[in-house]
Amino acid sequence: MTKVLMQGNEACVKGAIAAGMRFFAGYPITPSTEIAEGSAVELPKVGGKFIQMEDELASMAAVIGASAAGVKSMTATSGPGFSLKQENIGYASEAEIPCVIVDVQRTGPSTGMATSPSQGDVMQARWGTHGDHPIIALSPSSVEETYRLVIRAFNLSEKYMTPVIFLMDEIIGHMREGVEISNDIEVIDRKMPSEDQKENYRPYDCADGELVPALAPMGKGFYYNITGLLHGGDGFPTNDNEVTGRQVLRLMKKIEDNRADICQSESQDMDDAEIAIVCYGGTARSADEAIFQLKEKGIKVGMFRPITIWPFPEEDFLKATKNVKKILVVEHNYGQILLEVQRLAKNLPVEFLGCINGKTISPDEIIAKVEEL
Amino acid sequence: MPSKLIQKYMREEHLPHIWCPGCSHGSFMRAVAVAVDRLGLDHDKVVFVSGIGCSSRSAGYMDFNTIHTTHGRAFAFATGIKMANPELEVILFTGDGDASAIGGNHLIHACRRNIGITTLVMNNNIYGMTGGQYSPTTPTGEFGTTAPYGNIDRDFDIAELAKAAGATFTARANTYDLNQATNLIQKAIEHKGFSLVDCLSICPSYYGRKNKKGDAVKMIQWQKEHTVSVQKAQNMTAEELQDKIVCGVLCDYDYPEYTEKYQQIIDRVRKD
Amino acid sequence: MKEEIRLAGSGGQGVILASIILADAAVLSGNNATQSQAYGPEARGGACKAEVVISDERIRFGKVLKPSFLLALNQKAADTFAKDLPKETIVMLDESITTPEGLKENTVIRLPILETAKEKVGKAFTANIVAVGAINNVLHLCDNETLFEAVKLHIPKGTEEINLKALSEGEKLRGSNE
Repeated sequence: MTKVLMQGNEACVKGAIAAGMRFFAGYPITPSTEIAEGSAVELPKVGGKFIQMEDELASMAAVIGASAAGVKSMTATSGPGFSLKQENIGYASEAEIPCVIVDVQRTGPSTGMATSPSQGDVMQARWGTHGDHPIIALSPSSVEETYRLVIRAFNLSEKYMTPVIFLMDEIIGHMREGVEISNDIEVIDRKMPSEDQKENYRPYDCADGELVPALAPMGKGFYYNITGLLHGGDGFPTNDNEVTGRQVLRLMKKIEDNRADICQSESQDMDDAEIAIVCYGGTARSADEAIFQLKEKGIKVGMFRPITIWPFPEEDFLKATKNVKKILVVEHNYGQILLEVQRLAKNLPVEFLGCINGKTISPDEIIAKVEEL
Repeated sequence: MPSKLIQKYMREEHLPHIWCPGCSHGSFMRAVAVAVDRLGLDHDKVVFVSGIGCSSRSAGYMDFNTIHTTHGRAFAFATGIKMANPELEVILFTGDGDASAIGGNHLIHACRRNIGITTLVMNNNIYGMTGGQYSPTTPTGEFGTTAPYGNIDRDFDIAELAKAAGATFTARANTYDLNQATNLIQKAIEHKGFSLVDCLSICPSYYGRKNKKGDAVKMIQWQKEHTVSVQKAQNMTAEELQDKIVCGVLCDYDYPEYTEKYQQIIDRVRKD
Repeated sequence: MKEEIRLAGSGGQGVILASIILADAAVLSGNNATQSQAYGPEARGGACKAEVVISDERIRFGKVLKPSFLLALNQKAADTFAKDLPKETIVMLDESITTPEGLKENTVIRLPILETAKEKVGKAFTANIVAVGAINNVLHLCDNETLFEAVKLHIPKGTEEINLKALSEGEKLRGSNE
């Protein structure tokens, strides 16, 4: 199989289209703009549609509208725009409308540094929208992984009827690498209700033991209501606490109970590692090089890389770090995944190497930090 | 016993609606059902979209594909729906605050694109759901709970705003003449491209009470006395029109509809 | 084999495209490559830096750590990036540049890249393609056909001839070694 050189943002578009994306709504913002540009070029070629909306709020709204009409949809942005999208990300979560939101993270806070790398939106991806809600977030570490993982983002979104955050960063978004474009990919489409459900259609009731509703696309003769208000089985708002409690609990459980399916991680050189470096996204590339050099020096160090950031792959993490003596968390922020690691590592010493000035953490910095431990 | 119209087009199990006695939102909601019925639209292909506020509860009462969205964003949701499936007849319920304050930017851009969405603004000059705060259509000098000393903002004419932004059909209807309202809504639905009907609704509970407008009957009476048809207005002087609101079709012209234009792009790109 | 290549110039000189072409050529020849660039807010003018890492093995970190090669197309780029260079780094400078201090132990190749584009090819904007040809002549990254394939991925239809000329003029350049 031959490889094709492409930028991370470009791979994101190619992967999304391979996954079945046929609608993209966005608003220009560095360093994600190439995703909008690529979608504008590529979508009409496959009969899909692109629209540049008036702002990020509208982009997110249009994506939900298109998905409710049955079309796989995506938007892409960076920090400032991600903040604006939060309102409707919560809506998608509550109304159970699948969609993919790409956040190519740049240095913050606020307008920050538009072309500099960061992983400062990890907690925002988890808790950016108000209220208790489930979320799935994935983070790729290479351009090739971007291609494959965005397909998985769509698949998870359709399978669990939930928004999925595709948490890229400037490092991977703007890097060019060879990508193997494979036609051998799995594509999952949302479950459809059967025709006999048309009468008295109550998708949000879900059948016994089912956690994910089969929501019919608009225009197919299944009448129901979609709303961001807590609602009953037909989607009509209700203040009945028993009904609302059950509904939100199901939302949480559909992700929680399927952690084993949703969570993905990678352990590298962890078998005999005494020190575990925990990192993800573009930062993992610095750690990769650092570990290579440290091992040449005879230092027993490995890497645990969550690919699913939310929900955090707890079991994988505990298994991977069972025999290590120390953990070093490396991320381009002031300590976000660090909090998860500290929560889970309990008795192990957890050290941290972060970066908030817009620089890329170099392998040398990681090497120096590990040697200090 | 609910009427045949209600049985056919509304979710009986969720009626009666939540609106206050005297509120005219329900009258406009019914007018929409009549218009849909008269046009013989395919029930499966009609989608009602709404934002947030009293007006936006309408969508939920309609027995169709309905989507009650976030505050101000209904235009953007509707844009996504129409883009995804241009076959759908997208009808949008909104209010004065929803459409012209928090959703003002989305409104003007939907107008500018001339995307095939029919918008009904249930304009009652106040935020009702939150209890009577002044809105962008509360007349200057009038009162709301957040304008206790009188509103110093200038008020919007939403129909004119939409027209200026590029809507290709705009009209104004009032509560007194519901026949006219139904006809205008019907025309708006039939119109290809973005259409908007500014429906002068009444809110006796908040706007009426805060501004000593009297009960629902008095407020409707006021509308009867202060509205004139477009035809009649043509022969009136500026002075005569000063305290009048013009109702009827305000603008109606052809311009290519957005999703049709996009389809042309797809056809062109795929041919190459 | 591993090359860590840094290209620098002013915005608009096409060093980013040059770096992408080198990366494309590497991938077309079955090697691995990563390409990245430093961004400023300017679309034209301003300093511009692009990097390519090429290897026959998996590339762990995608940016240049220890440049094996530096190209500078203007004085400011040369002055900025010639600082603290390892002595193994091969430095290619446009002839118009005064060789910065501190490169005594480095191989410095001075070539009339800008002039060749302007005079011999006849279009100043082909300087980056001339540079690509010159770099390949020094680093032997791939054969000339593959390099031209990579160039063709990025140029408008109808400009193949002039770009091929730029490429071969670049390959022919033999400058003074300091």
